[in-house]
Amino acid sequence: MLNENLKLNPDLFKEDLGASQGFDKTPTRNGFGDALLKLGEENENVVALTADLSESVRTEKFAEKFPERFFEVGIAEQNLVSVASGLAHQGKIPFAASYAMFSPGRSWEQIRTTVCYNNQPVKMVGSHSGLLTGPDGGTHQALEDIAITRVLPNMVVVSPCDYQQAYKATVTMSETSDPTYLRLSREKTPQITTTETPFEIGKAQILFQAKEQGGDQDGDQEKVGGKIDVGIISTGVVTYQALKTAQKLEDEGLSVEVINIHTIKPLDEEAIIKLAEKAGAIVTVEEHQINGGLGGAVAEVLSRNHPTPQEFVGVKDLYGESGNGYELFSHFEIDEKAIEEAVKKVINRK
Amino acid sequence: MGNISDKKVQELEQKSNEIRQSIIESLTEAGSGHTAGSLGMADIFTYLYFHGMNHDPKNPDWSSRDIFVLSNGHICPGLYATMAHAGYFPVEELKTLRKLGTRLQGHPHRETLPGIETSSGPLGSGISQALGMTLSMRIDSSGKTSGRFVYCCVGDGELNEGQNWEAIMMAAKYKLHNLIVIVDRNNIQIDGYTEDVMPLNDLAEKFESFNWHVQEISGHNFEMIDDAIDHAKAIFDKPSVIIANTIPGKGVSEFERRPEWHGKSPSSEEAQKALKELRTLGGNIRCDQLD
Repeated sequence: MLNENLKLNPDLFKEDLGASQGFDKTPTRNGFGDALLKLGEENENVVALTADLSESVRTEKFAEKFPERFFEVGIAEQNLVSVASGLAHQGKIPFAASYAMFSPGRSWEQIRTTVCYNNQPVKMVGSHSGLLTGPDGGTHQALEDIAITRVLPNMVVVSPCDYQQAYKATVTMSETSDPTYLRLSREKTPQITTTETPFEIGKAQILFQAKEQGGDQDGDQEKVGGKIDVGIISTGVVTYQALKTAQKLEDEGLSVEVINIHTIKPLDEEAIIKLAEKAGAIVTVEEHQINGGLGGAVAEVLSRNHPTPQEFVGVKDLYGESGNGYELFSHFEIDEKAIEEAVKKVINRK
Repeated sequence: MGNISDKKVQELEQKSNEIRQSIIESLTEAGSGHTAGSLGMADIFTYLYFHGMNHDPKNPDWSSRDIFVLSNGHICPGLYATMAHAGYFPVEELKTLRKLGTRLQGHPHRETLPGIETSSGPLGSGISQALGMTLSMRIDSSGKTSGRFVYCCVGDGELNEGQNWEAIMMAAKYKLHNLIVIVDRNNIQIDGYTEDVMPLNDLAEKFESFNWHVQEISGHNFEMIDDAIDHAKAIFDKPSVIIANTIPGKGVSEFERRPEWHGKSPSSEEAQKALKELRTLGGNIRCDQLD
């Protein structure tokens, strides 16, 4: 069951996903754009840069309202990131936005040297990540951005699951002195969290609790104890598919817990180890290459601390291709069916 | 010519000679590093840190300072020696260059050495960062003219990197007249002469076509350097570039104009000869105790 303590969208599993209650499907990139506009009003040090994609990456409203703090760099992502580093050097809080494929894709070395090695608080925003970028095809579907950002020292990597999480992540990022990457999606996706759901960088959340186990206020079941059948760990917008699958499995009699990792780095190792101890079987779910992504990150933690059978739902060392986003989820086996099969497989390995 | 006095020029010439000696000593002690470019830019570094820039070695983060960005980070032995003589850190520390635990990393690291404004080494990112700093100064002066200047040194071979031209376009778009780029035009890069590796042809014409204010000078003549910086500061509608023609390895005849000295350091014997040449001003004064 959904964790009531987190004040999630109560109608998430209804046919309209809660639209009648105001929870319309909304892209995570809008959460960033709306938060950026608010930050512009509240903090005069916040500046924004875009590489010829201001409408797509939702910096357009900020640009209209704060033209003296908005910089259009043209189609030049290496320059985008390094100019942002220069702005941060002089005390600004720059949000540098493009498609994830181009930044951090093309701008990786500049991110490493001018932002992370310099330890400048540049906020890098990569929209149109993952398969949901859809018809644009494999060139535009960033499936490697988590891997290439989480490997960098000093870097914080945030991968929100919905509009509200992206909004809160943007606000929170502006308050820290860390180089940070924010991973966003183009497609409208269900609203899982609400304005009342807490958000803290680096703190995983139990979105779905195993039935009849209760838990304390944070959804922490340690005090209740007891074993469960499986733990699912998800990041990004595919968290909706993970939750939907958990509900189905619960209806079929399994006890399932789903934790959402919105912060890939620093990773909430404690939450992951606790879930592995409780479930003895883990499935990771992400819209990214398994290699180097969330699945890899979780495996690194568990192999060091609590070796646990793990199945990986994600893209299996392949490039994407054109198609409707959800067709691609099925084609590349990161849909609900694939998650369910992974759960059954990992339970058999216990 | 500019306003710099003969006395000041003599002082700067004396200082750059001392800095060249420190460059040779630190590179020899390190056993590796880039000799030619470090010696070639010693005069311009000396000018900036002992005359041209508004800065305070005892307060490297002073908020009103001018900023120097070294884009071609591999010639940092020249920058380190200049900064040490200017008082940022003890000259003795130059002997730690490239050694474990040193603040003088093989390529500059902002976080380890106060006064280094940005890390560099991978080429092509300096102008972008310098222009970001200049944009920030413009915001801070509410769109009016800032009294601060950002100087950025780039190598000529470095201009092979496409990112430079992204930044060169953008600096002109925003008319960043407080940005002064100095190109170390020494005509060599690792694989040989720049015009063989990847011809730059007429650099002045290239910058002019990108709508920059362009000056071309000798990078070893303090009066010309002073005059060019003065002119650059007087331009208000575009960024400035000073193409400084320099002699790689300048000051040591064995090293001058030889591409093989781009990326190696002198042996002890080579260093002894080089130091003697520098201390005797090319054999023009006697210095018997050096023999």
